[in-house]
Amino acid sequence: MISIYEPWPWYVSGLMIALVMFLLLMVGKNFGMSSNLRTLCTLCGAGNASDFFKFDWKTQKWNLVVILGAVIGGYIGAHFLSSDLTVAITPETIKDLKDLGFESAGSAYLPNELFGLSALTNIKSLLILSIGGLFVGFGARYAGGCTSGHAISGLSNLQLPSLIAVIGFFIGGLTMIHLIFPLIF
Amino acid sequence: MRTLIYLFIGILFGITMFKSEAASWFRIYEMFKFESFHMYGIIGTALAVGLLVVQMIKRYKINSFFGEPITFFPKEKSVSRYLIGGIIFGLGWALAGACPGPMFTLAGAGYEPILVVIVASLLGTFLYGLLKDKLSH
Repeated sequence: MISIYEPWPWYVSGLMIALVMFLLLMVGKNFGMSSNLRTLCTLCGAGNASDFFKFDWKTQKWNLVVILGAVIGGYIGAHFLSSDLTVAITPETIKDLKDLGFESAGSAYLPNELFGLSALTNIKSLLILSIGGLFVGFGARYAGGCTSGHAISGLSNLQLPSLIAVIGFFIGGLTMIHLIFPLIF
Repeated sequence: MRTLIYLFIGILFGITMFKSEAASWFRIYEMFKFESFHMYGIIGTALAVGLLVVQMIKRYKINSFFGEPITFFPKEKSVSRYLIGGIIFGLGWALAGACPGPMFTLAGAGYEPILVVIVASLLGTFLYGLLKDKLSH
């Protein structure tokens, strides 16, 4: 039997994501996380700078509650539901990453080089985290959705725009890993 | 009451993101290297079941738990915004190893540097709002 304390296999994980989308639909909402970034901008007063942020944020309050739940869920998952945080990536990937200088590959949940406390005082790590975040935020809004809104919700609803967006996600991701990573690491 | 339901669904989502390892930078790298089936299995399963769920709701006109009709909004037609926006998102996703859901999960899990990613993604969203009218959609 599989214990919930171990990493969940892909089929359990996939089923749970579909369940989350199903539950959101059944309470009359939809599954899309990046809209929260826009709502948070509005809450910070971005409406003064662009009409894009002028909307009644209260209509999105439910989604902010979902994302608050995701924070709590992360805490529960890491502190109460995990006996070992190591991510068992394949030996091939571990070797690739060690060659790039990621020593924590195969022995941690996240690379220490980017997500350890020391990363906060390392210019290169800070740049990687900021540029990554900047692109995620900009790209998600430009594309009108992220992994949840397009790859799961949109494709489940057979939306061609979502398929185009997901193809874009992969063009970008593959370019980063195969062409840009060898230049920056 | 409804707020508690949203919170519960969010918690379920957060636990799933963490335990599935979809919130792990390593898994995203591995996926783009095509070196493991894990992430494809997750997305594939979610999509297959999700497709079934959405089509059933539409065909049988299933109402929400609160008795309201469930509506789906079709996405606006365009190629450029989805393709260009998608590519920019993909570049960032692979670099930071986190998308807009898991980044909040990781904040809860206690990885402080993810806050840099979250703040930067808010800045990215803000920047889009400023440039929106100048971009091709």
